Amino acid sequence: MKIMTITLNGKKQEIGENLTISQFLESLNLHPRRVAVEVNRVIIKRDEFERHPLREGDEIEVLQFVGGGARL
Amino acid sequence: MTPYDFTEDQIERYSRHIILPNVGGKGQRTLLRSKALVLGAGGLGSPAALYLTTAGVGTLGIVDCDTVELSNLNRQILHSTKEVGVNKTDSAKWKLKNLNPDVNVINYHLRVHSSNIFDLIGGYDVVLDGTDNFPARFLINDACVMAKKPLIHAGVFRFEGQAMTILPGKGPCYRCVFSEPPPPGLVPSCQEAGILGSIAGILGAIQATEAIKVLLGIGEPLVGRLFLFDALEMQARTITIPRDTHCAVCGKHPTITKLIDYEETCETDLVKNE
Repeated sequence: MKIMTITLNGKKQEIGENLTISQFLESLNLHPRRVAVEVNRVIIKRDEFERHPLREGDEIEVLQFVGGGARL
Repeated sequence: MTPYDFTEDQIERYSRHIILPNVGGKGQRTLLRSKALVLGAGGLGSPAALYLTTAGVGTLGIVDCDTVELSNLNRQILHSTKEVGVNKTDSAKWKLKNLNPDVNVINYHLRVHSSNIFDLIGGYDVVLDGTDNFPARFLINDACVMAKKPLIHAGVFRFEGQAMTILPGKGPCYRCVFSEPPPPGLVPSCQEAGILGSIAGILGAIQATEAIKVLLGIGEPLVGRLFLFDALEMQARTITIPRDTHCAVCGKHPTITKLIDYEETCETDLVKNE
């Protein structure tokens, strides 16, 4: 498998070439509905995850839902 | 009388603010006339409310429906051991009034809901979200966008946190990042995942700072930027968040024009977590 270099959450990382966002999240063991994904400063809609290919040099931010303070 | 009608005590109490170039007597007077609403007197709301109180924000609303539990005390620094079992709003008010009698603390012992959220936020200049569940988060975001109310978001998880300031009409909202709440049970709560108390302290203090900046109109608030903090690495990053023109609540053609209570899933989730 060919590899490419991307930046994930500020850190350079090598991943397989031509992965879609869905496949990439799967490789990270992350459910698509518990994250938001930004590629090169654009938030990618969840229904585009399956057809959005990642490219060499992409800057990817995987943003997780985080809770917080008090039950309301 | 001083130029800003401060008492002698107030000049002394706020002296370290008054000498700040971006605050001054004028800024301190603005704070004393400002109204902030803290949703949740928990891990985030505690430090946020404490710093807004010491800053002399004149009116501080505190919303919470819970009572103090021993397991809250690793992070919820508004409350003390002797207050276990007491309503958090009462406990908060005692602590805050003792800290600064200038501040008018208003208690709301209730759960936020689509039927009361507009009345709650209506009288305030800025809203701080310190809730721990996503139905409340989305409700608060949507209501603040609709009411054009500045909202300071923060969240914490284990050793990490995030914060963003939402100025409706000027930058992205929470839904521009996360379009809908996660399904119940998919994201672990603090109860399930754990939280280092001081992380809530850091993010709550950031919320108070952002609120003060918004009230005073100083600096660059976290508008269109998400602040991400990782304590184990001790690194902070700020990433750019664009406004989503198709956002369901703040976009050009919003599809959400009425508030949604995701309550059923929330209740199920809460029961499951107990």
